[in-house]
Parts: sequence; C-alpha cells; structure tokens
Amino acid sequence: MKVTVDFAKCTGLGICESLAPEFFEVNDEGDLVLLKEDISDDELQAVEEAVAGCPTEALRIVS
Amino acid sequence: MTVRRLVVVGASLAGLRAVEAARKAGFDGSITLVGAEQHLPYDRPPLSKAFLEAGDDPEHPTFRTEQVLAEELGVELVLGAPATGLDTDRRVVLVGDREIAYDALVIATGSNLRTLPGTEHLEGVHGLRTLDDGVAVRAALDAGARTVVVGAGFIGSEVASGARKRGLDVTVVEALPTPLVRATGDRMGAAIASLHERNGTPLLCGRTVVSVEGESRVESVVLDDGTVLPADLVVVGIGIVPATQWLEGSGLRLDNGVVCDETLWTGVPGVYAAGDVASWHNPVMGERQRMENWTAAAEQGAAAARNAIDPENAKPYGTVPYFWSDWYDVRIQFVGSPEADEVVLVDGDPEAGGRWVALYRRGDRVIGALTVNGQTEIMKYRVMIGKGASWGEALEFAEKRKALAAQKERERAAAAV
Repeated sequence: MKVTVDFAKCTGLGICESLAPEFFEVNDEGDLVLLKEDISDDELQAVEEAVAGCPTEALRIVS
Repeated sequence: MTVRRLVVVGASLAGLRAVEAARKAGFDGSITLVGAEQHLPYDRPPLSKAFLEAGDDPEHPTFRTEQVLAEELGVELVLGAPATGLDTDRRVVLVGDREIAYDALVIATGSNLRTLPGTEHLEGVHGLRTLDDGVAVRAALDAGARTVVVGAGFIGSEVASGARKRGLDVTVVEALPTPLVRATGDRMGAAIASLHERNGTPLLCGRTVVSVEGESRVESVVLDDGTVLPADLVVVGIGIVPATQWLEGSGLRLDNGVVCDETLWTGVPGVYAAGDVASWHNPVMGERQRMENWTAAAEQGAAAARNAIDPENAKPYGTVPYFWSDWYDVRIQFVGSPEADEVVLVDGDPEAGGRWVALYRRGDRVIGALTVNGQTEIMKYRVMIGKGASWGEALEFAEKRKALAAQKERERAAAAV
C-alpha cells in the first residue's frame, strides 16, 4: 500500500506530520514533502490517522 | 444492550465523522443524522478564509453528496430543524413533534454565536459560523462594504484580513486590552494582534460597542469613547456558547458544554458527545477541556461514535490540541495548551515581522507551542508535547532547529554568490 498526496488540495497544515512523521514533513516554504510512500503493516494505523486528520482531504491510501 | 439504532445530533464535521467512523467500524444498524441547517454537512474553516477571497463565487465546501450519505453511508438525513429535546429514560431525541428513538446517541450540536444585543433587525450585521453567514459576508465584501469587525479573535481577524486583501476599509474593535489572550496568552496575543496594524488594518483595543446605528440597514458603529465608525458591513466575532439549550432538563450534566469522561461518555447510558459541545477530560494534557477547533471535532466525532456502538470496549480519547488561522500572508499555528507558567520566544522576533516560534512551559514540561509562519517547526513540537517532553528537551531542540536554519541560510547565501 502507498500513500498519495493531492498537492492541489494540500495547504501544508501539517497535522499529518504530527501523526506520521516518517511519512510527512512540512518544509521551510510551508509545503508538504512526502518522505516515503510505501506503508508497512505496522505503519498503517498512523497513516490512516493522518489521512483522517487532514482538513483538506488531500491524503489517500491506495493499494 | 445491542446497539441497532445510532442517532447523531448535529450535522457538521463531528456529526459526519461520527457517521463515517461507525460504518468504518462495521456498524450495520440504522443511522439517523439530525441537523439544524438545511445544508448537507459542510466544512467551516474555509468560510472565513478562501471563501471570502475576491473572484468568482467559490463552490460551497460540502463534504459529501446526498447520494454518498444516503447510499454509501446508509444515513437517514433529518435536516432543516434543530433537535429540541432529549428523553434519556425513553431514549428518544425530539425534533419538534417528531420522536427519534436511539440505542446509542452522539451529541455534536456544536455552538452558537454570541450576538450584539439590539442588532437583530439590522441588515448588514452578521456573525460568521454558517454557510449562509459566509455567503452574506462574501456578498457584502463583493459590494465593497466599509467593514467593521467586532472582536479581534481568530474569526474576526480572518474576516478583517479578507476585507483588507480586497483593499476595503476595515477596522477591528476589541473590548479587551489585548486580543487572543485566552487562546495564546498575553504576550503572544499582543504580538499576533500587531499583524493587523502591520497590514494597515486599524485595531482599537479596550473599546466597546455602545450602539449599532441604522434604520433597517446598518450605517455606523458607535464606541464607548464616542468614536463613530461608518459601516456597511459589521461582522461580530465575540465568541461562541456551546449549543446545549435543547438538553436542559435532560439529566445530562451541563457545565460549559456537555460534561463527559475521557471516553466522551456523558455518564448516561448510550449518550456520548463530540466537538465544540463536549467538555471532556483530555488524558494527554491532563486537564478538562472544551475544544473549538476542526481537529478535535473530527477526531472526537469518530471516537465518540466508535465508543457509542461498542461501549464495553470504549477507548479514551486524548490529543494535543491544534488550531490554525490564516491572516494576510501569515499562518498562525498553535499546539497544546496556553495555560502556562512561562512563555519563551525561541526563534524570530514579532517586532521585526516575518516568522517566530514561542514555547509554553508548565512546571518542567513543554505544554504548548505557537508559530507564526513556522509551518516546518510546529508539528515537531506537537509530537514532543504528546510524548510529555521536558522543558529542557524542548529548549535544546529549539536551539538545534535554529542552528539548522542558520546553516541552511548560509548555504543559500553561498550558493547565491
């Protein structure tokens, strides 16, 4: 499974970074950087929380 | 008892997330979603931000289509009339004359705006909470309204910022000597508020509104020092009160919201609460809180529903609170709690504008962090606060981040030579 970011929707609020910091980081410019996209089983819950926590619904998990 | 009927009262973010979480958890009983407004559930943060920007009329920020709600989520929508009562003995919600029976109930009725008494009859005076409010404020800005914002909190400040970006005359009036103290503390409240003056918006603090003049339309706002501010649009952002009036006499404990335990349970069988209306014990922060922000509404809605359909396995809900606000070209972000023994500016300088980072200490623990245009910093502190990091660790981390930023700056400068 992979996580994807719709950068047209993302405004860099960063909630995802606080929930899954191995995957997401907001950079100096305020833009989200996807650090990695492949999700292992034990990472899934954190990434799911990040997806649910995104106020712009910019994140998706795809298989 | 087996839960077969879930009723969610309140059809905004918390209510929608309650419905979605129940289905995701495999709940296959009936779900009824009751909403006071006629609109399908929609997102509120954009209403005071992007929704007010000049240009073509924006789409309404509706979360899900009626079809998704009805067919994919299997929800019966009861929209357009508020819940009027709750009978916890018979387990029914009253919506006017209609009775809706529940096995499990999630209360997510949010909050109502405080209003300026005596302005109800005046056109051009608005709060900003609902989609209808947003449409009305936007239309007034489109018409080039001279704008007065009453209350220099986040909503009022966002509206002022939106008006200013359009080049309109706008003045902000604040009753307290310093705005945003409850949300960010004294010193940072003043620092954030200075963004108004910096962007050409007059901010009048320590001034109260004595009257709003006009026959049928607003014409001016009169302050306690005699100042008369001409106005075509007055936006009132002086806070909210949790929407619990319909629960008077229900037996639920009401004290600045619906009082819940750490699983968002009210103590009455089957009844949970979420969002602005819920006052709950937050185990992560170790204090009772009532949140008025997007993240809490979304997460609590989901958590309350999961617990409501399976109370024997109810899990505590805890979080490091988070809110953001967008003013002018600035993003303000806060994590944790402003109830602190000390606030230290660890990077940047509010006087110089640009970006800054402040940390909040309670005892030996870092309890809060504020950033202004510090998007790359803020969530690192949210993680630290959630882990219960010490004040020393937070300061040390801040120093490292400053050194890293300085190094990046040197590299940029060297590359530019």
